[in-house]
Amino acid sequence: MPFYRFLVCPALPDNPRAASLLSDARALGFDNLIRIEPQDLYFIEGQLSPDECQQLALSLLIDPLTQSVEWAALPTGAAEPPPGAVTIEVALRPGVTDPVADEIVRAAHQLGWAGVRHAATGFRYLLHFEPSAQVDDAALEVLVERLLANAVIQRWARGEIEPIFPIEAASSDEVEVLRLRGLGDEALLALSAERRAALDLNEMRAIRAYCEREGRDLTDVEFETIAQTWSEHCVHKTFKALIEVEDAGRRYAVDALFKTFIRAATEKIAAPWVLSAFVDNAGIIDLDGENEVSFKVETHNHPSAIEPFGGANTGVGGVIRDVLGVSHKPIANTDVLCFGMQDASFDELPAGVLHPRRVLSGVAAGVQDYGNKMGIPTVNGAILFDRGYAANPLVFCGTVGIAPRGLHVRTPRRGDRVVVLGGGTGRDGLRGATFSSMTMDAQTGEVSGSSVQIGNPIVEKGLVDVILPARDRRLYTAITDCGAGGLSSAVGEMASQIGCEVELAHVRLKYPGLAPWEIWLSEAQERMVLAVPPENLPALQELCALHNVDWMDIGEFTGTGRLVVRYHGRVVLDLENEFLHHGLPQRRLTAVIGERRESGLQAGEQHPKVDCASILLRLLAHPNIASKSAIIRIYDHEVQGGTVIKPLTGVQMDAPSDACVLRPLGAKGRAGIALANGINPEYGKRDPYRMAMAVVDEAVRNLIAVGADPARIALLDNFCWGDPLRPETLGALVQAARGCHDAALLFGTPFISGKDSLNNEYLGADGQRHAIPPTLLISSIGVMADVTDALTMDLKAAGNWLYLVGAFDPTFGGSHFHLVSEGGHSSGGEEAVPLVAEITPRVYAALHAAVTAGLVRSAHDLSEGGLAVAAAEMCIGGRLGLDLTLPPGDPARLLFGETTGCLLVEVEPAQVPAFERQFTGLPFLRVAKIITDPFLKVNNNDLLFVLPLADLVAAWNTPLQP
Amino acid sequence: MKPKALILLAHGTNRDHDAAEALRLAGADPEIVPLNLLRQGRRRFGDYQMLVLPGGFSYADALGAGKLLAIDLQAYFSDQIQAFVVSGKPVIGICNGFQALVKSGILPGRRAASPALADDRHPEATLTFNARGRFECRWVTLKPVSQTCLWTRGLADLITCPVAHGEGNFQAVEADRLKEQIALVYVCPDGSPAHGAYPANPNGSLLDIAGVCNPAGNVLGLMPHPENHIHPWQHPLWRRGASAMSGLPLFENGVRYAAQL
Repeated sequence: MPFYRFLVCPALPDNPRAASLLSDARALGFDNLIRIEPQDLYFIEGQLSPDECQQLALSLLIDPLTQSVEWAALPTGAAEPPPGAVTIEVALRPGVTDPVADEIVRAAHQLGWAGVRHAATGFRYLLHFEPSAQVDDAALEVLVERLLANAVIQRWARGEIEPIFPIEAASSDEVEVLRLRGLGDEALLALSAERRAALDLNEMRAIRAYCEREGRDLTDVEFETIAQTWSEHCVHKTFKALIEVEDAGRRYAVDALFKTFIRAATEKIAAPWVLSAFVDNAGIIDLDGENEVSFKVETHNHPSAIEPFGGANTGVGGVIRDVLGVSHKPIANTDVLCFGMQDASFDELPAGVLHPRRVLSGVAAGVQDYGNKMGIPTVNGAILFDRGYAANPLVFCGTVGIAPRGLHVRTPRRGDRVVVLGGGTGRDGLRGATFSSMTMDAQTGEVSGSSVQIGNPIVEKGLVDVILPARDRRLYTAITDCGAGGLSSAVGEMASQIGCEVELAHVRLKYPGLAPWEIWLSEAQERMVLAVPPENLPALQELCALHNVDWMDIGEFTGTGRLVVRYHGRVVLDLENEFLHHGLPQRRLTAVIGERRESGLQAGEQHPKVDCASILLRLLAHPNIASKSAIIRIYDHEVQGGTVIKPLTGVQMDAPSDACVLRPLGAKGRAGIALANGINPEYGKRDPYRMAMAVVDEAVRNLIAVGADPARIALLDNFCWGDPLRPETLGALVQAARGCHDAALLFGTPFISGKDSLNNEYLGADGQRHAIPPTLLISSIGVMADVTDALTMDLKAAGNWLYLVGAFDPTFGGSHFHLVSEGGHSSGGEEAVPLVAEITPRVYAALHAAVTAGLVRSAHDLSEGGLAVAAAEMCIGGRLGLDLTLPPGDPARLLFGETTGCLLVEVEPAQVPAFERQFTGLPFLRVAKIITDPFLKVNNNDLLFVLPLADLVAAWNTPLQP
Repeated sequence: MKPKALILLAHGTNRDHDAAEALRLAGADPEIVPLNLLRQGRRRFGDYQMLVLPGGFSYADALGAGKLLAIDLQAYFSDQIQAFVVSGKPVIGICNGFQALVKSGILPGRRAASPALADDRHPEATLTFNARGRFECRWVTLKPVSQTCLWTRGLADLITCPVAHGEGNFQAVEADRLKEQIALVYVCPDGSPAHGAYPANPNGSLLDIAGVCNPAGNVLGLMPHPENHIHPWQHPLWRRGASAMSGLPLFENGVRYAAQL
């Protein structure tokens, strides 16, 4: 079959794509490049006449106004690179999802070119170097792999690349039987390692015992199913482990962190508006009596480390499916991202690690691609930087959904069909669940290439279009998404009570040649599993046809209590549900909690004299604090028309909102929700218990700042930690979980869902382990009775007063002041991190009462950078000045020390008495007056400093390019 | 009688509900119709008084935004759409819908007096990649400038609404001859000309063009999303007293026109 190659070039060489590539090259230190010309490659296999090739090129592959095209049959032979340029061509590895290629084949057939069989896409880059530059092969390889290609999903060549299409391999029916009976401990562990199962000795022994009980060995399908079902990712065995804790000399046991701290808090709070916690794919709360909202946050860290775009892309896709899995319509996405320092030099990065700049731009593009294409607004998030994330970036993806109450069903009935909706099944994402439960090293990218999935958001959009009407017409009795573990996990969970039989030969494949275990375990994206009564199949089929969604009927729920899987009739898996879902032995782990280190300056002590004005500007420009607008604006935060408080706000729409407020289409009256988060790795490094308390407080406080009701706030926990087998690491986790519990009870805010991602470690080539700082993300969702009560954080009018409310107790422990101070001031890092004061919930209740009474014009929370940064951000928002007078004490501490539980609140003079009455008996302080002069003036006894508003704006807008 | 509006749901359309809400508020009776339902002949364009091509990412923007949807329109509905356009009924394409109208030659549509769907090899205009090279979501200010276009006729006030696109940079072969068809331009928040300057002109469009109509004035295409500013609280500065719902009058114009057909 002939191959054709089409080369598409932009009409103008000075296009934005070329400019952005060049700027990336410069930022990565490739200074001898003067120009890069990116071009697009398409390969087509098929019977086409020259005239057809020409027509296809012109009417399908290019925009005639902005692009030109040339084509040739392969091999083209000639293809001399232009003088002075080096040609690099990049193409996807075979089997990597390529949605554009699929569309080319579909559209070519639609236009009557039936001879087109396969298509593939690629890129061509013409690199122009300085004439004096010496670019040898080794230097070129470094450049390509750092800038242009990712070996995990792409191949590249100097000059013309050869296209590779998926090989039409013969169908594989190979089922291996793994001998487990009679194996010794060492052999058991060797088997676990060989199959990358991440199972420990106790677990392997339990599997061996099962085999001995059943009098047989396991097929590879069975063994892989158990490995995925029992993986850390799927079953959270660390959070269910029995932990022996050694806590500063005391010894005690914690029987499961999850039960003891997380679920216990929810049970003790017993909020009647929590409709589902920890049971479903997402937590669910009541919205307005008629509708319910769901919220789920997932991590996709390991995949994002090795293929940032695909990893983040499918992270978003996966969490959207969690919300679809509770039959909800997705209405908002959140994303919190943690990266290594963007100015890191290659020398300081462990070998095999992508540069943090590339990770950031890939991850941001992946989030953008999926959310925007699904039509889900991305409305809340955070981006943090720390050296500790260089080898282990963190990608937290969240989705909120809405549905009328009472429509979600979760009980398959005997005789219901097992129906898979969505994309085909390929080798993508094999063993993803176990992969995410392992430490990574320089070989991980190579070995686990098949663990990386590439998303196809339009396929998932089709799933939404089918599932919502199917739900309304009650066509299914249960639903779940295909995530980690693929069908094995989705079908296994659905059938865990009732049992089912599946025929793998009925699963539609992307390409033939998959072994049965691969079909069963594949984590191919964009698939949902439904239990459908046979009489409803025609109606479901019709819906699928309307929305271009593929579907397949792969089996039946049986009522036998066993999970049976066949391949062309032959049984390849026959496991007892009880063993699969409850046979995992509880892990026994050891945790050590050290003494909290506190030394250096104590609260209240005078800090060495610093230049406060310069510190403030440095804080505003710090990457953790500075504007994230370059990334926020590549996300569509307006689609669905419900975004009331947007991520950026204020006169110039460039100041940071504390939380997002949404009024979803379909909600009753003016009811809506607010979304926010809290995260603080600097505190996590020093005191995981106080960190957890502080981030719960921050997540709650951000919602209070926009006017959410403190009595209607629910939380999600996402722990990202290192290896829990290290007792100190686990000790920190115990402390953080305890902090979650105590803070949730203090605020009366139940947890409704959570996840943990452990083993975020990277084993460097030098044998050194690189672990992340202990990182806890608390995501918060609050219900608002009336979204028109919502507040923004920008100063509204000169003449108004600014109050500081809450227990103000600034400290330097874990503060960003400490990060931007040079030399001499590092002792601040040894201070305790802030504790959450008991009185805080009462402060929030008083503030909420003031907001609903219409006494407040704006509010903003004090977080990283303390009082000074919060005040400056409010000035930026309103483009107004402030005359701020500090209470007695060390000005640096008062301005930049960090505290929990505090907000700045703007009040009109006429409302002052009513406002102050709300705060009777609570800590509050009138600290500033809003002025028209564009200056931030700070006084203690004397004038301490004056900064022009323009300087604040310039520092805050320090660019962070995606 | 409320005019019936067909809101076309293609593979990857996602602002269909936003458009339906705007049309409902403007007094129409909108129906979101999957493209395959039209292909199956179970719905017909001619049964509706208005046609809306909403925003989204039809076919994931593969091979250029709107391109593959344009091929669908040409392959399946060429006659029906031509009849709809020629009959003078209001048609609006927003964002991805605009891209599809341009890539199928329905807009600017000067050649389209006869065959409605022009030769795709030599298009009059295109919507290409934003000058800054990336997708961008931000609020912009629009000035309605056409009295020919039934959608913008008589609109005196500026429209504020968001853009959310990566390929909204309007370019044309013979721009001078298009001037009569410019319906909406990007302006500065105070209404003064943007003169191509970012961010008032968010994508580098020629002559600050945000929307164009066909010569007859019944087909409008625009990149921004007036359907996302139909409630007071959608305006980013509503907490500072700004409120106009200024996206709504455009739809009211179209609905009023359709109602008297």
